[in-house]
Amino acid sequence: MANPLKSLTPLGHDAPITETIGAVTIAENIGTALASLASRLGREAEVASAAKTASIPLPGPGCAESATTYGAIWLGPEQWMVEAPFATHEDIASVLKPIFGETASITEQTDAWVRFDVTASDLPALFERLCSYDLRKAGAGAATRTVIDHLGCYVIARTETEVSILGPRSSAHSLHHALTTAAKATF
Amino acid sequence: MSRISGGQIDRSKTLRFSFDGVNYTGHPGDTLASALLANNVRLMGRSFKYHRPRGVISAGSEEPNAIVELRTGARQEPNTRATVIELFDGLQAQSQNRWPSLKFDAMAINDRLSPFFAAGFYYKTFMWPAAFWEKIYEPIIRRAAGLGSLSKQDDPDDYDKGFLHCDLLIIGAGPAGLSAALTAGRAGARVILADEDFRMGGRLNAETLDVGGAAGADWAMNVVLELSTMQNVRLMPRTTVLGAFDHGIYSAVERVSDHLATPLPGKPRQILWRIYTKRTILAAGATERPIAFENNDRPGIMLAGALRAYANRWGVAVGEKIAVFTNNDDGLRTVSDLKAKGLNVTLIDARKGDEVIDSAGRLGLKSITVRRGNGQTETLQVSALGVSGGWNPNLNIASNHRGRPIWDDQMCAFLPAPESIAGMTCVGAAAGAMSTHAALTTGATHAIAALAELGIAATADVPKAEDAPLNLTPAWYVHSGKGRAWVDQQNDVTVKDVKLAKQEGFVSVEHLKRYTTLGMATDQGKTGNVLGLAVMAELTGKTIPQTGTTIYRPPYTPVAMGALGGRARGHDFKPTRQTPSHKWATEQGAIFVEVGYWLRTQWLPRAGETTWRQSVDREVLQTRKSAGICDVTTLGKIDIQGTDAGLFLDRVYANTFGTLAVGKVRYGLMLREDGMVMDDGTTARMGQNEYVMTTTTANAVPVFRHLEYCRQVLWPDLDVQLISTTEAWAQYSVAGPNARKLLEKLVDQDISDAAFPYMACGNITVQGTRARLFRISFSGERAYEIAVPTRYGDAMIRGLIEAGREFDAVVYGTEALGVMRVEKGHVAGNELNGQSSALNMGLGKMVSRKKDSIGMVLSQREGMTAPNGYRLVGVKPVDPAQPLTAGAHFLAKGAEAVAANDGGWLTSVVYSPHLGHSIGLGYLKSGDSRKGERMRSVNLLAKTDVEVEIVSPHFFDPEGERLRG
Repeated sequence: MANPLKSLTPLGHDAPITETIGAVTIAENIGTALASLASRLGREAEVASAAKTASIPLPGPGCAESATTYGAIWLGPEQWMVEAPFATHEDIASVLKPIFGETASITEQTDAWVRFDVTASDLPALFERLCSYDLRKAGAGAATRTVIDHLGCYVIARTETEVSILGPRSSAHSLHHALTTAAKATF
Repeated sequence: MSRISGGQIDRSKTLRFSFDGVNYTGHPGDTLASALLANNVRLMGRSFKYHRPRGVISAGSEEPNAIVELRTGARQEPNTRATVIELFDGLQAQSQNRWPSLKFDAMAINDRLSPFFAAGFYYKTFMWPAAFWEKIYEPIIRRAAGLGSLSKQDDPDDYDKGFLHCDLLIIGAGPAGLSAALTAGRAGARVILADEDFRMGGRLNAETLDVGGAAGADWAMNVVLELSTMQNVRLMPRTTVLGAFDHGIYSAVERVSDHLATPLPGKPRQILWRIYTKRTILAAGATERPIAFENNDRPGIMLAGALRAYANRWGVAVGEKIAVFTNNDDGLRTVSDLKAKGLNVTLIDARKGDEVIDSAGRLGLKSITVRRGNGQTETLQVSALGVSGGWNPNLNIASNHRGRPIWDDQMCAFLPAPESIAGMTCVGAAAGAMSTHAALTTGATHAIAALAELGIAATADVPKAEDAPLNLTPAWYVHSGKGRAWVDQQNDVTVKDVKLAKQEGFVSVEHLKRYTTLGMATDQGKTGNVLGLAVMAELTGKTIPQTGTTIYRPPYTPVAMGALGGRARGHDFKPTRQTPSHKWATEQGAIFVEVGYWLRTQWLPRAGETTWRQSVDREVLQTRKSAGICDVTTLGKIDIQGTDAGLFLDRVYANTFGTLAVGKVRYGLMLREDGMVMDDGTTARMGQNEYVMTTTTANAVPVFRHLEYCRQVLWPDLDVQLISTTEAWAQYSVAGPNARKLLEKLVDQDISDAAFPYMACGNITVQGTRARLFRISFSGERAYEIAVPTRYGDAMIRGLIEAGREFDAVVYGTEALGVMRVEKGHVAGNELNGQSSALNMGLGKMVSRKKDSIGMVLSQREGMTAPNGYRLVGVKPVDPAQPLTAGAHFLAKGAEAVAANDGGWLTSVVYSPHLGHSIGLGYLKSGDSRKGERMRSVNLLAKTDVEVEIVSPHFFDPEGERLRG
């Protein structure tokens, strides 16, 4: 469906911003659609089954997992944040609802978050200035909720050298400022 | 005095620095203290109270005397210890607490008047008149006493905070700490080794002892080199561990840039680390303590170990003729090391009955008087005296959790109690193991034991080292003469002061400390505490352990306030939240107000408007006349789904929601368990099992937290799922008689009154974009709230402005919003104050008795339902020209303005442009039956006393005809 309304990125620009500070690259990513998925009480097995059929990974606590189209981050017991390419899943909730029917509660979350992808050869050195998450120990595929500069964020270790941060969209500029400041201070 | 051979300084490079405006030179590896001593400067400061000339007595962070102001301008820092300041080129330092100069200090008259300034003198002297204390006495005392001064300029440097994790935190990189680190590092454990010094090695750098056949300092350097190659070991020199907190958390300050003239661009000056560790080894060493004797505070009189350290580590002789006064074998080490440097050294061994009984030299030591064991006295011409009364383990951090130190008779010192802190063990000198061999051994064995608890196998490879005993015979102070012998040099506490404290009944250690100030200030009594206790013990005839000891709180050494604040200052004090219309509003010159972290448009001034009231009045009038647009994204939005969602809402809301039809919205009132109102807002039923709750902006997070608690803890059997969607939707209120016409230009669906009546809701599209529409009103007008995905929020506000142009629609801010809600009698934050019930707010009937809900039972408590309780009322001034003041209290005419006559208060006051005068809402006792009554609204702070009339809180369109259209 065409959208005559013009969208802005969380940082308030027409296109996402990428900033390189020394060995660190901080890129605003608007290419992912998000929806929360929570099993209805007693329907957990059906959710697992439907997810498997649709190739939606449902990782365990402290983890994130990606498959061909979908990825997911564990949020809480029987609760995940499902990711999919924005280009093909802009209305992700309406795509997921037929998959799970009445077995799960699904809520659109794409615009609730700003996503920054941070790449660096030594990410733990940067993140030890940002949050209490032990990224050095975490390893690829780890994910957690933590606090960065007073902001509740998700940190998802995509690889050893790439981390995604989901932060509150309304504070995108504050979070970006915290990340760039830490990058300048660290490297 | 001068440089002598040896030391760990780089003589190939010269660093220039100044002290009190005089230029000197030093070398990399020097501290300010070692460089000053190398330049024949012994006088470095004046004492706190008596302004006595003072020089350095130690070579570490325990220094009580050599306290200087460092740097100039905005970077000026008072009360820094010359003994730990790493010399850099261009360093500027000034002495402090003296006037007009360090050599001639007029305030030294205090020393002559010392009989009047004994401990506690100000408590006794400045008793009368009481009114003089705050304005006259205290300022004078503060000016006369005290240490350095502040620049009163903003600190130009940045400070970071950070978080570290490890298996084993080792505090101190002396022989014990290095041995522990090597053992743990080789075993593959994650190790952090922190040391406050810029050079790791601890006392090994200050000694000439061998370790494993090599010089101790070389062994330390090689160990550091090996550790630096280990990925699992983090070496943190220039890092002071400040204290132990709960659950294996320690704080530490890393001085990243203090050894530089200015920090490198973008780099912090210091980092405050929070270290999460599974196990900790405290290897903080020990601090030497002096023996007190008359005039023991002259520049040149130092701790014997420090004298040795300056010679061995920094290649500095503090005089050619030197004496050493000791009660233990460690003092003998100073004698032999200094003699090996070719210096003339005399030993005064207290164990043989020899004592130093006095000293002379106005600005620096010139001679000492010695009384030999045979009773003969002699005067020795010396420029330096090393004193050793034994060593006190640095157990400070081990007592952070109130672990009481244990007295050790052999060492004559307090030792850390075992397991003072869960997961921490003490090793080396910090545990009373004073030989190098004992330090290396205990470091390794405790590391093995700590790692074993974590399932990590480690083995020890301890090199050979000296294992000599201390051979200490207690000697605390010399009983001789009538002069003053200093116990705590930083606070000018003498043996006489301790005696006076005892004489006046301040015998307990806590009283002794507070009466004499023993152990206070920047050094926290590191050199003086135990000596003070020993004097008190002797006076009272008790043992030292019977006398007791104070324990330590963090921080171990002083911390710059900037390090504690980190980056949270100025604009970076906290993050902000921007609404979807923020960019547009900024372009329009909006005035913003902080609401929580949100920046909301408060009002939007137009050209020609000179006061905020003009803007707000216009926004209100135009909204009620035609249409107004307001960004209401900040209201909390919670998505509630599940087959039990309706039941869940019935339980958390006081009124009924289970019966709410799909496509409808209802106003809800949420109570706390105690029956008071927690929050209000609307909840829309978007589908059979799907609701959207809105909360007030301020309570968005508390309400969500409350609902999660209810869901997870109170009713885990309910099928309910929650998630916040506050950020996901850009939501705008469109209000006013033309609101529908305005929206019809944008919305793809039929939103006529028939298709979309008052309190309807639904999923719609805006020019093809999915959106939500709610027909709800806070302003009392025909109003809608329209929501689009946040990324379209900027386009939406611009679209609404464009669509509203033909109606001359305005954007209104929170001030106009406030005016309109008071005109309608709606409660908001001022009324939802956490102390008000539904009945207070005139909403008592909303609390359904037909179902159970949180707060329902307790809202019916006696007192909560008393007929003479507070009720929400409207208030207007009898004379319309008189403004009301929020916070003013209601009084009957003629009643005195005292609490007993208080009838309630004005919660909210606005100027109503429709009525042309101030109006207000307030809580008034029995207010629901007092309409028409005239009384006074009195504000003693604002000095206002206005006659008011109690009216209905519904000032505007009381029948609600406008909002239904």
